[in-house]
Amino acid sequence: MTARYAMLAGVFGMLIVPPLFASSYVMHLVIQILLWGFVYTAWSMMGRFGLVSLGHGAFMGVGAYVPALLWNYYGVTPWLGIPLGMALSVLLGIAIGYPCFRLKVVGHYFALVTLALSQIVLLSVTAARDITGGSLGLTQNAAGFSWFALQFPDKRYFYAIALALWLGGLAAWHAIDRGIGRQVLEAVSEDEEAAAAIGIDVMREKLRVTTISAALTALGGAIFGQYLMYLNPETVSGIAVSLQIVFAAIVGGMYAMLGPTAGALLTISLNEGLRVAFATNFIGAANTIYGILLILCIIFMPRGILGVVERLTLRRVRSKSQRII
Amino acid sequence: MDIYLVEAIVNGVLLGGVLALLALGLNLIFGVIDVVWIAYADVVMCGMYALYWLYVGLGWPLWLACVIAIVGLAGFGALIHLLIIEPILKTAPINQLLATGGLLFFLQSFATLLFGTDFRNIGVRLPIIEIGDVYISYARLLAFAIALIGAIALYVFLRRTFIGTAIRAIAQDRDIIGLMGADQRRIYLITSMIGGALAGLAACLLALQYDVHPFIGNTFGPLIFMICVLGGLGNMIGGFVAAFVISQIIAIGGYYSITELSYVLAFTLFIVLMFLRPRGILSR
Repeated sequence: MTARYAMLAGVFGMLIVPPLFASSYVMHLVIQILLWGFVYTAWSMMGRFGLVSLGHGAFMGVGAYVPALLWNYYGVTPWLGIPLGMALSVLLGIAIGYPCFRLKVVGHYFALVTLALSQIVLLSVTAARDITGGSLGLTQNAAGFSWFALQFPDKRYFYAIALALWLGGLAAWHAIDRGIGRQVLEAVSEDEEAAAAIGIDVMREKLRVTTISAALTALGGAIFGQYLMYLNPETVSGIAVSLQIVFAAIVGGMYAMLGPTAGALLTISLNEGLRVAFATNFIGAANTIYGILLILCIIFMPRGILGVVERLTLRRVRSKSQRII
Repeated sequence: MDIYLVEAIVNGVLLGGVLALLALGLNLIFGVIDVVWIAYADVVMCGMYALYWLYVGLGWPLWLACVIAIVGLAGFGALIHLLIIEPILKTAPINQLLATGGLLFFLQSFATLLFGTDFRNIGVRLPIIEIGDVYISYARLLAFAIALIGAIALYVFLRRTFIGTAIRAIAQDRDIIGLMGADQRRIYLITSMIGGALAGLAACLLALQYDVHPFIGNTFGPLIFMICVLGGLGNMIGGFVAAFVISQIIAIGGYYSITELSYVLAFTLFIVLMFLRPRGILSR
């Protein structure tokens, strides 16, 4: 029970302390870390079971654009638009996932098929430039402070929303981790035929994590759009975002609950730190270091930073699945 | 028939040649080492910058710059294999894809660091040929011809030489090859070098037609993976056919509609074909 109280106190502290003391700039960074951490966590729900998707840019893009377009053109509240975007993402996820799982499209083929999906969303958004603004981006119609439009000029509201999302994401991760599904999916990622032979409904389990992952990623994209009040196809969709999601989750460690969040923390602070250190003299310096870090990370610690920490502190590894990463 | 449609089709065929060359290099690495170099298009980008730097920056003759770009990228291919792929060759294939993804980030941002995000052109202006009423760019025609020659040379190399035979054999059965007296490590290294050299050749041909910028790989990179997979692993003729199918879809789609939608069509077709013919369009 004391652990539970400590956790509650920790959450309460996180809710109260930063808005009281942090500057607007720090708040902006923390909100970004929480939102990206949420998206990375959602990705790792699939990634840790060997479903390495490069298509999460597609889910994020759909999740972000659907509510923004509905709001701008029809004045539909994001309270309706966001669930619609999530539903569309799930539909997309199942439309790709079902045939992939049925026909056993795995490994790099799965990665390439999902990569094609995220390019399709990116290019469709760019092509529909009359509606979406194309690569110039899209700005939501401003409504000032409004619960109806889910727009808050005050960062503290988005901080609370981001924190709630992030905690919700961790809870979902935990539920999958503790549920029967985890053993099932680990068995599947190790030997699919053997798992099917002992009576596991492989298809249902895979579709279940795909659905959850796609829905949460879309939700993350939507809140990101509401927060920034600006959408650009390149920043919410396509190969660049998809790879960014995959890598941050891997660097942080996708087998640990806080791994993807650690990835978000690391990549965003690295980016900001280098931006401050070099100013604009070295555009690209951050990603140069990031790229090297990624290569080294995959070669020397494929379980990510938190994977190493976990191994050092616990001296035991709960998941024996070594096949993927 | 509409003259512009004819022009679109002709340009599609010419574009297909260079895409085929790129898919060939990727297919070789994919088929032989069973690795996806997700940064392959960015290796090509490096070649284009090397050419730009040697020809425009240092003022070397164009042919020498081309030769150095090709040889340099062959060496770069070997380096990629030794430093990135070999240490993780025994782990899950997806790890190798992701490690070269790290290389993609590195190359793109390193190019940004060195050259900035400006579009740069080597400034070689080749004439436009007029056949009937159809205008064809000489650069594209040249690129098509050289791509074709490169592909045929590769085919002959794989068919007629010992090392070529060993490369084809290893793609069929990688466990037994050691017994046949071929060194697997060496073959992987040579394959990576050939892949790099093909990227270099493609870079020279692309630099004649397009401006180079750090993110040019993102525009045609996904396309060549699609072509490579559509053609079927290790199936060179399949890859060739797939390159022309995809380039025709883009060219004709771009004629009837806007370019982005023709790309959407190509990617959608890729996904559908992946489900209908997972072993490639020419498979039985």
